[in-house]
Amino acid sequence: MSSPTATAPNYELIQQDGLETSLLEVSMGPHHPSTHGVFRMDVKLDGETVVDLQPVFGYLHRNHEKLAENMSYLASMPFTDRLDYFNSMTNNWAYALAAEKLVEIEVPERAEYLRVIMAELTRLVNHISLVGFFINDLGALGTPLLYAFREREKIMDLFEQASGARMMCNYFRFGGLRNDVPEGWLDRTREVVDRFPDFLDEYEKLLCENEIILSRTQGVGCLSRDLAISAGITGPMLRASGVNYDIRKVDQYGIYNRFKFRVPYTDDDVGDCYDRFMIRMLEMRESIEILKQALRDIPGGDIIGKAPKIFKPKPAEAYARVEGPKGELGFYLIADGTPKPYRYRVRPPSLINLTVLRDMCLSQKIADAVVILGSIDIVLGEVDR
Amino acid sequence: MTTSNTSPDIDLDNTTRTELERAGVIVSKVDYLYNWARGGSVWPLTFGLACCAIEMIASATSRFDISRFGSEVFRPTPRQADLMIVSGTVTKKMAPQVVRIFNQMPEPKWVIAMGACAISGGPFKQGYNVLKGIDRYIPVDVYLPGCPPRPEAVLQSLNYLQEKIRTQDIKSDPAFTKGRRQYTVPEFTGKDLEPPYNPDVWQPPTNPNVKPLEEATA
Repeated sequence: MSSPTATAPNYELIQQDGLETSLLEVSMGPHHPSTHGVFRMDVKLDGETVVDLQPVFGYLHRNHEKLAENMSYLASMPFTDRLDYFNSMTNNWAYALAAEKLVEIEVPERAEYLRVIMAELTRLVNHISLVGFFINDLGALGTPLLYAFREREKIMDLFEQASGARMMCNYFRFGGLRNDVPEGWLDRTREVVDRFPDFLDEYEKLLCENEIILSRTQGVGCLSRDLAISAGITGPMLRASGVNYDIRKVDQYGIYNRFKFRVPYTDDDVGDCYDRFMIRMLEMRESIEILKQALRDIPGGDIIGKAPKIFKPKPAEAYARVEGPKGELGFYLIADGTPKPYRYRVRPPSLINLTVLRDMCLSQKIADAVVILGSIDIVLGEVDR
Repeated sequence: MTTSNTSPDIDLDNTTRTELERAGVIVSKVDYLYNWARGGSVWPLTFGLACCAIEMIASATSRFDISRFGSEVFRPTPRQADLMIVSGTVTKKMAPQVVRIFNQMPEPKWVIAMGACAISGGPFKQGYNVLKGIDRYIPVDVYLPGCPPRPEAVLQSLNYLQEKIRTQDIKSDPAFTKGRRQYTVPEFTGKDLEPPYNPDVWQPPTNPNVKPLEEATA
């Protein structure tokens, strides 16, 4: 699919002295180390310059929506983990919010706090992994990714202690959480959160003013504010293009109105790869602020509200969204009075952010197309579903 | 490496053994030496399909450190790789590419089916677009269950594979005698993959309690 806004520049092939040139067509993927999974780009090249680019996906289409329409509401919860497999907790949250809108359930205080803690830990995991992979795409094979995964493991341990699984947590329930966190978990989390800024300092010192990163990312893959808004871009990518929009502030779902945090965004209209990289680095600092406040204020009490035993909502529609680490993740449910949803639709931030790939890549170099794709932050489980 | 552990089943008395060792000679079997070297340097393919790929990457990072077993050299090109870790859901759109990439790998080559999806379709088995196990098209050496398996499990599956490599007989193993094995690349025909499975590597399971249709109707 191509975006309707951009057109390939007019192009004349060099023809002189009987020499005929033509465009080179390269198919990158689906097996390519820097396509972040099974994704293919059909690129047309003039020398090294990208003249046209068509993203091809669907290599990981796993029938998520269709499967969810054939099972009970709660049974889809583990499948939402596998949408965007870096951020299972925020996926859970978005789905739980949508279901809680269908049947009004009060979520206890402690569960709300734990939800915020889990979501912000997830944001840390996503952003450090993304930065690691992004620098990997730039050619720094290994080292930054190893640093990132070292920190990721600490948070994975916390998830495992709380939910029993490292990646596929399946931790949220309609009206609360599956189980309370074990004894001592909050202290361990405080320790991880307190140490995280040290790692960020080190990481920023290594990367943010690195000459190679600056020259490879500044002015590459620019996305203007107008295009970002009209293409429906959300999340860090939108804020990197200079729009102050964060659903945590706009909707204030859960208990986000209780926390004091800032939303980083650029004030110019450039929106290049460096901006997108920096926004994520800055967002991690704010996540730590939220985590510190949540861990300070968390009360005791129940962790699940009075949810009906058989979840059978009356015919209604509900759309709920959260600020996932990649953008606006929404779930749209239509209930028809049976225990199964009549329609189950996911609004995947990765897919919608990917639609501007062509606009950003045109007239850039082929090596930069890889960097631009890396800066969008896609996960194919969510793009294809 | 001393002779006593390079040739566990060669009958040599101790004096000859020490004399040979003193002269710098090690007695071993070709199979043993070859498999020992081969098993300690299995190069996997950088081949991530879905969620399991993240745990595969985690097993290569410093905490789990797959390089302790000699497999840290992840190669992006199939032409330099020995091991394909099918890490994640194989859809019907992706299955032809998986087989094609496996065909491009040089012999000897091995496959680990990582995760429930690669083994049988896993949680997505009922989906219309999901292949019910990669073993229908390519021979799988180690099945690694889990959704996703932990990085420790990836390391254990590698150990199992090394055990399997140690039993290979160079003279009779098809990997060494038949040249590069090519497997049928399926084709997506709009409705399903054609052929639905490769009968050389996989047969549908039969239930001995159920009579075939012809016998039952006769």
